[in-house]
Amino acid sequence: MRTKQTYKALLLLALSASFAAVAAETAVTDSDRIEQYREMISDGNPAEFDEMRGEELWKKAAGPNKVSLEQCDLGKGAGVVKGAYAELPKFFKDTQQVQDLESRLLTCMTTLQGFTEDEIAAKPFASEKKASDISSLATYVVGQSKGIKMAVSTKHPKVKESYEIGKRIFNYRAGPYDFACSTCHATTGVRIRMQDLPNLSHNKKDAQTAYTTWPAYRVSQGLTRSFQWRLNDCFRQQRFPEPKFASEATVALTTFLAVSANGAEFAGPGLKR
Amino acid sequence: MPNPMKIRATVKDGVTEVKILMQHDMETGLRKEADGTLIPAWFITEVKAQYQGRTVMEAQFGQSVSKNPYLLFRFKGGAAGEKVSVSWVDNKGESRTDEATIAA
Repeated sequence: MRTKQTYKALLLLALSASFAAVAAETAVTDSDRIEQYREMISDGNPAEFDEMRGEELWKKAAGPNKVSLEQCDLGKGAGVVKGAYAELPKFFKDTQQVQDLESRLLTCMTTLQGFTEDEIAAKPFASEKKASDISSLATYVVGQSKGIKMAVSTKHPKVKESYEIGKRIFNYRAGPYDFACSTCHATTGVRIRMQDLPNLSHNKKDAQTAYTTWPAYRVSQGLTRSFQWRLNDCFRQQRFPEPKFASEATVALTTFLAVSANGAEFAGPGLKR
Repeated sequence: MPNPMKIRATVKDGVTEVKILMQHDMETGLRKEADGTLIPAWFITEVKAQYQGRTVMEAQFGQSVSKNPYLLFRFKGGAAGEKVSVSWVDNKGESRTDEATIAA
């Protein structure tokens, strides 16, 4: 009898010890470690170099017209960069379109500086071999909204329409894999490999964190990536046809995601694995 | 001419913390182009930080250090308004020196 009790006690002890071990292990998850890593290098974000490059480009006279972009209206008046990104996409009277940052920069570079749309759209994203001017410009502008609350208004019917289109694209299943953005980004608590997949349509906090940390420096690629690149690559991963740079569809999707992030402090350019 | 570094230095309780972000490709010499040709090794070999003519940190870098390396170190002493200079040399003999003013 006595020995039986001792066994029981030992067994209990062993069980509680193993539970404690499991608890300790789950306390620090992989995503916690990724978060730790991000924190460690957050004040050494190489995206700053791209911001510097973008700022120089913004102020430099360029294109056939030899003018800078300092008269570019990003929605808060000509030349106002501070806080502009937090209110984009927006409806612009001059173009009669809802535009995100990159499509607006495209407008400025064509109308002010005299570049052709094809010239810029030929090199919309940075690569290892060559930086992209429009991408660096976007990094600079985005950095000027750091700490400012996202406030994208859907009061204008065209913006509202863009939001609705974006939402539909988000949920639109197609392509050889029958995929939609929502396949990966509409469930809470799922992940791919070690990466947590944010729930962009049903979890406000996830949507806010995701949107406010793009554009971002991708450590694995050694490049600062723009938001248009992010969407372009999402379409590639879904095996959709490649969307046209700064097209209505990409702007609509951006509007949907930006509005979902309203209220959160913008924190980009971010840093990703 | 290599691209500039970003250096931030702050002093607190008699200890100066220096954060350095360097711009460098840091090629390992093991990667290949799409056509199979080897990308030659190109990386920072030495980093040195000086304060009032005194070397306060010296590091030897190799291929394993990432692109655009970030380095943080602390040294005893330093006062607001004084300068810290950091320089690096790479295996091609190129170098870069930048300075930062210590903030309180």
